[in-house]
Amino acid sequence: MTADRTDGSESGRSRYDQARYLENGEYEPLLSEKNLTRVEIGADTDDGDGSDEGSGDGGGPLPDDLTRDSLEFPELSEPELARHYTRLSQMIYGIDSGPYPLGSCTMKYNPKFTEDVAALPAAAVHPDRSEESIQGTLEVLARLQDYLARIGGMDAVTLQPPAGAAGEFVGIRVATAYHEHSGEGHRNEVIIPESAHGTNFASAALGGYDVVSLPSDDEGRVDLEALEAALSENTAALMLTNPNTLGLFERDIDAIADMVHDAGGLLYYDGANLNALLGRARPGDMGFDVMHYNVHKTFATPHGGGGPGAGPVGVVEELAPFLPAPRVRIRDDGSKSGEPIYERFEPEHTIGKVHGFDGNWLVLLKTFAYIARLGDEGLADASASAVLNANYLAERIEYDIPYSPFHHEFVASAGDQDAADVAKRMLDYGVHPPTTKWPEIVPEALMTEPTEVESKATLDRLAAAFNAVYEETDETLEDAPERTTARRIDQTSAARTPRLSWQALSDES
Amino acid sequence: MHGSHATGSPYTPHTETDRTAMLEAVGADTVEDLFDIPADVRFDGRFDIDARSERETRRLVRSILDRNDDFTELLGRGHYGYYVPSLVDHLADRSEFLTSYTQYQPEISQGFLQALFEYQSLLVELTGLEIANCSVYDAATALGEAATLSDRVRETTGHRVLVPEFVRDERRSTLENYVAGTDLSVEAYPADDGTVDLAGLEATVDESVVMIYAENPTVRGTIEENLAAIGDLADTIDALFTLGSDPIALSLLQRPADVGADVVVGDASVLGLPTSYGMGLGLFATRDDFLRQVPGRLVGVSEDATGRRAYTLTLQTREQHIRRERATSNICTNQAWVALRTAMHAAVLGPSGLVDLATRGVERAEDLAARLDDLVGVKAPVNDRRHIREFVAHVDQPARAVADELERRGFAVHVVGDHEIQVCVAGVTDEQLDRFVAVFEEVVR
Repeated sequence: MTADRTDGSESGRSRYDQARYLENGEYEPLLSEKNLTRVEIGADTDDGDGSDEGSGDGGGPLPDDLTRDSLEFPELSEPELARHYTRLSQMIYGIDSGPYPLGSCTMKYNPKFTEDVAALPAAAVHPDRSEESIQGTLEVLARLQDYLARIGGMDAVTLQPPAGAAGEFVGIRVATAYHEHSGEGHRNEVIIPESAHGTNFASAALGGYDVVSLPSDDEGRVDLEALEAALSENTAALMLTNPNTLGLFERDIDAIADMVHDAGGLLYYDGANLNALLGRARPGDMGFDVMHYNVHKTFATPHGGGGPGAGPVGVVEELAPFLPAPRVRIRDDGSKSGEPIYERFEPEHTIGKVHGFDGNWLVLLKTFAYIARLGDEGLADASASAVLNANYLAERIEYDIPYSPFHHEFVASAGDQDAADVAKRMLDYGVHPPTTKWPEIVPEALMTEPTEVESKATLDRLAAAFNAVYEETDETLEDAPERTTARRIDQTSAARTPRLSWQALSDES
Repeated sequence: MHGSHATGSPYTPHTETDRTAMLEAVGADTVEDLFDIPADVRFDGRFDIDARSERETRRLVRSILDRNDDFTELLGRGHYGYYVPSLVDHLADRSEFLTSYTQYQPEISQGFLQALFEYQSLLVELTGLEIANCSVYDAATALGEAATLSDRVRETTGHRVLVPEFVRDERRSTLENYVAGTDLSVEAYPADDGTVDLAGLEATVDESVVMIYAENPTVRGTIEENLAAIGDLADTIDALFTLGSDPIALSLLQRPADVGADVVVGDASVLGLPTSYGMGLGLFATRDDFLRQVPGRLVGVSEDATGRRAYTLTLQTREQHIRRERATSNICTNQAWVALRTAMHAAVLGPSGLVDLATRGVERAEDLAARLDDLVGVKAPVNDRRHIREFVAHVDQPARAVADELERRGFAVHVVGDHEIQVCVAGVTDEQLDRFVAVFEEVVR
C-alpha cells in the first residue's frame, strides 16, 4: 500500500544503506563481566621499603590499612581494545552518519579543523598557571567573550558555565544577587512558559524559586493576559526562549519585556534556539537582561554523545557586577611589545564560582575557532539556511503542523499514531527521528530541526522517511525498528530492575 | 556552486538552484521573508567579525596560543598532566562518538551506551559503592550535587554541610552556589598537618549536620588516615559522608565503601584528558539506597525484542526533561565524551597498570621530597604524613620569590604559604624531575 510511494521517491533507493551500516549480529563485548582480572594490592612483603621502582603487583609503598585489597576489571591488549572501541563506534549514529533532526538540540555538522585546534599542545595548560604564562589562553577567552557579547547584544559575558543548564543556573543566581543587592530579596517566583525546556524549571528550583507556569495562547505564544496575571511584586524573572520551542517568534517581545520590567523582574533568554536568529535579531535588543548561549548547539562543537558543552552567560551592564569570578579583560597598562596583556578580575558583587575553573575550555576554544571561521556572513547564512531548511522540510511532509510561521524548527503532530513508535520506525529508514512527545502543547509531537547543514537531497530523503511512516499501520510501527543494531528495547524493565554496572549483572548469576 | 565561500557559511550545502527551488516550494521570494521578526527588533547582521579561511583560522588560533609559555608543570591539586595513550585520542575522535547526541534512541546508540555502562562499572569497582552516574561537570559541581542529595535524603531538618578548611576555594564557592537555593549552609572544620583534625571535627558535629565532606588524598597530596573514623562519626549523627577522590588514587587507596562513604565525588578526567585548563569530568557514585535521588544520567541493561542484551538510559523520571522543577538535578548536557575517554584510558592501563600508576605516584613523590629535603633551606614534606603525587615543602626563602624564579626557568609550582610551595610529580618525566631538582637547588641556594 505504501511501497509505491516510498520506493518511487528518488531517495527510496538508498533508504536502507544507513541501517545496514548499523546493523549487525550479536556482539560479545570484550570488556565485560566475563573478562575480569583481579590484582591484589599490598598483600605481601616489602611493606614500607619504598626504595624500589615498585610494580604494583603486591607489596608497595603504603601500609595495608591505607590501601584497598584488590582491584578488578578487564585486562586487555591494545589491539583488542582498538577493535572493541571501533566496534562500539559502529553501533552509534552520529551527525556524520546521516541527518539528525532532533528538535531543540541543533545537531549540526561540526567542522573537523576545530578538533585539530583543540588538540594543539599549547591548549593543554594547567588551570592554576600564572596569568603571565598563559596569555594565549586568556586572549582566546577574552576574544570569545567579546564575540559572544556582540552576537547576543549583551554588555558582559562569562564563559564559566559548563553547559546550558549551568548557564541558566548562573542567570538565576545573578538575578538573586541583583535583587538582593537592590533590596528586593523577597522576590521568590520565576515565571516559565509551559512549553519551555525542562532545564528552566529545574534551574529555577535549584536556585530556590517557586515556579509559576505560564500557559500559551491559541497561537502557541506567550499569553499576555496570563503573563499579566502571573507577574507580581514576587516576580524575580521570566525565562523565555525566542523563538520558542514551537519555533515561533514571540512577536510581542517588546510588550513582554516592558511588562516584566515594570513588575521589577528580569527577562532571561534561553539560548537553545539562538541558531534561528544569528544576524537577524539579538536578545539584548529585544530587552533581555541575561541570557545563556548553548555554544555546542549554535556554534557547532560536537555533542560527544551528551557532552561536554558550554553555556556562557551574557548580561546587560547593570548585572555585570554579579557575574561569576574570575572574568578576563585587557590590562589597563598595556605592554611593552604592543600586544595587549590579559588579566583575570573579580566582578564587584560576584556570586563566586559555578565550576572549578573556567568551564569547558576545549569547547570554548572550538567555539572561538568556529566563529572566527564564519564571521558575519557565515553566521547569518547559518541561520538563513536553517530557517529555509525547516520550512522546506515542513512543506514536504504529510504530518500536520499546527503552529506557524516557525523558524528553524517546527512541531508536527503524529495524530493517531504514537510519536514514539513513529520515531522507532524512522530508524528503519536510516535516519535519526525528531524529538518526540514534546512540547506537550502538540499531541504526539514530532519536534523537528533539520539545521542548516542538510542539503535539499537529504531533506527530500528525510521527508520520504516521514511520509513512508505516515502511511504505515500501527502494527508495523509497534514492531519497529527491525534494521538496527538492537531491536525495540524494553525501557520499562530497565527501570523496574535497575542493573547499572557489570557487578550488578554478576550478582544475578 | 560554492566557490571559495567568500560569503556565507562553508557548512551550508545549498546551490543557488537548490535555494531557488526550495524558496519556490515554500512560497517565499527570499529567505528573509521567512523570518517573522518585527521591524523594531530586527538586527542589521553586523557583528564586525571577519570571516577567514580554514587555514587562516588555524593560524590565528595557533598564533594566539603560542603566547602560552611552554612550562614543565609541577602543578596538581586535582588536575594532573598524565600521559594519555594515543589509542584514546584516535578512537574517541571517531566521528560516531564525537558527533552523536544523548542516547534517547537506544537502538542506534548501543555503542555509546555500552561505553558509558563500562565507565559506570569502572567507578563502581573503584569506589565499592553500587551506583555511579555517567557524569556531572567536574569535582566542584559533583560536590554541589552531593550536598543537594544530602538535603533530599536526610530525614531530619539539619542544615549544615561541613567541609575541610583546606578545601580548594573553587570547590567551596561552587558548593555554596549549589546550596544557595536550599536551607543548607557550608562551614569549615579544622585540619591538622594537612589532614582532618578528628578531634576538631568531632567538636563541631551535632545533629544539624547533613553532610561531612573529606578528601583522600587531600588537596595537598596527603593521604588521610582517619577515614573510617569520619565515616563512623557521620553514621552516629545520620549525616552523609561524602568523599572526594579520583580514579587513580582510588585504584590504590582505601575503598570508599570500606570506610563508610555514602557518596564519592571528584574529577575523573585525571584519566583521559590532559590538563585542559580545568575542563573536567565530575565523578558521582553513591549507595543503592539513594538510587532514585541520584542526579544525572544512568545507563542500565535491558533486552531488545529478540531477547538480546541491550543498553538504555534508565530512570529518566528523575531527570529535568521529565520531572522539571522536581528533578533531582538540572543537569542535561553532561561530560559523556570525557567519560568515554576516561573509560578508554583505564582500559588501556588495565587493573595492574592503574595500580602501578598510583603506586608510582606515592614512590615518586616520596623520592622527590627526599631529594628536596636534602637541600639546604628546604624541608620536604612539611609533615611526616604519607603522600601521593604531590606534597608541600617548606623553603626558608619567601615562597613567592622561589616560585617566580622557578617560573623564569620554566617550572610552574604552587605557592601555598609564605614559606611553603607545593609540587607534583604526576605527568612529569624523570628527566624533567632531575632538571627541576638541579634548578631548585640553584634557586634556593
